[in-house]
Amino acid sequence: MINKKVQNAEEALQGVKDSMTIMLGGFGLCGIPENSIAELVKKGTTNLTCISNNAGVDDFGLGLLLQKKQIKKMISSYVGENAEFERQMLSGELEVELTPQGTLAEKCRAAQAGIPAFYTPAGFGTEVAEGKESREWNGKMHILEEAYKADFAIVKAWKGDEAGNLIFKGTARNFNSCMAGAATITVAEVEELVPAGELDPNEIHIPGIFVKRIFQGEQYEKRIEQRTVRKK
Amino acid sequence: MLDKEGIAKRIAKEVKDGYYVNLGIGIPTLVANFVRDDISVEFQSENGVLGMGPFPFEGEEDADIINAGKQTITTLPGASFFDSATSFGMIRGQHVDLTILGAMEVAENGDIANWKIPGKMVKGMGGAMDLVASAENIIVAMMHVNKAGQSKLLKRCTLPLTGVGCVKKVVTELAVLEIVDGGFKLLERAPGVTVEEIQKATEGNLIVEGEIPEMAI
Repeated sequence: MINKKVQNAEEALQGVKDSMTIMLGGFGLCGIPENSIAELVKKGTTNLTCISNNAGVDDFGLGLLLQKKQIKKMISSYVGENAEFERQMLSGELEVELTPQGTLAEKCRAAQAGIPAFYTPAGFGTEVAEGKESREWNGKMHILEEAYKADFAIVKAWKGDEAGNLIFKGTARNFNSCMAGAATITVAEVEELVPAGELDPNEIHIPGIFVKRIFQGEQYEKRIEQRTVRKK
Repeated sequence: MLDKEGIAKRIAKEVKDGYYVNLGIGIPTLVANFVRDDISVEFQSENGVLGMGPFPFEGEEDADIINAGKQTITTLPGASFFDSATSFGMIRGQHVDLTILGAMEVAENGDIANWKIPGKMVKGMGGAMDLVASAENIIVAMMHVNKAGQSKLLKRCTLPLTGVGCVKKVVTELAVLEIVDGGFKLLERAPGVTVEEIQKATEGNLIVEGEIPEMAI
């Protein structure tokens, strides 16, 4: 067994420097690497390019890094829930690259799988296609999209073991699973870290080979963005 | 004239037994409430769940189980969770039978605009561009005219496009229309609405052939 365990977020994020490109898992606030984001705030690393489907809310998730002006550029599919984001974007402080969600996911998976580029129909004929090669496949137009290149991928899982194997829960899997192994160094934070051998190999969602460092998060708030319930 | 629930009720009739369906945010979300309960349908949410159920009971919500609108949800027997790349694989690979989404503008050639108003806040396209580029069967649920009284069914879209030539059917508070070569073919009128009223609210070419029946809801 190759041991990937590190003690905490500080050790896991060693080597993160200004101006790096970082992928962060999560959809909205669901499945975000809370402890690593807190550590990035503490480190004060700046000029970051962040690849993440969303940009958090004002006071949680990536919104915490935006507040401290640590992000230079956001690559996302939807950034609607964040007033500070809007302010920085409209004032030109923050560069934003909007990418269709499925394309964003596939650009991560392609990076994970060593595919340099791929064709997708999403965005053909729209401003997303500007400057990109287009080509007809099976009677339909597609555009060429390139895999992401990132320095760090930071993902969050439910359970993990010392070998770096990951298991996700519910819809918190989202981009975490696609980003694991998609950057030079992948850091996984988990709610529960167990010794190797305790997780059933049949149940592993992401094999440990994609993960470089793993740690158990100190605490998880797991904030709900839209609490929607019905009466009993 | 229909209200938003009425539009959702009419669209629910397009949902057939055995369909996997992706519902957008807004009126489309309401469609789930009106699907006949004697047919088997599974709802997909692009953030990674198939077999979505109703909202949870108070106190039973789980931060790890949400829909694409970030609302807490439940799952039904037979449900599954998966990652975002797999989710869009289902969509791009045309495994999803029906996509229902909202729009700001639809053009008579099937173009759709629903993600950006230049000069105003741009929230992003989310999964809309992937959905419209890939789905075989797209129904748009929208109001026929905007708040200023201008038609949203146009000759050409004026807003930045989400997809080209992809919309097949539009259901509004006034009518059901199919997009055919040459324009919007009027299929049904909403209760109490005349062909002339629909004509007046439609800037794109409206094709009227014979008697137009009133919708049965």
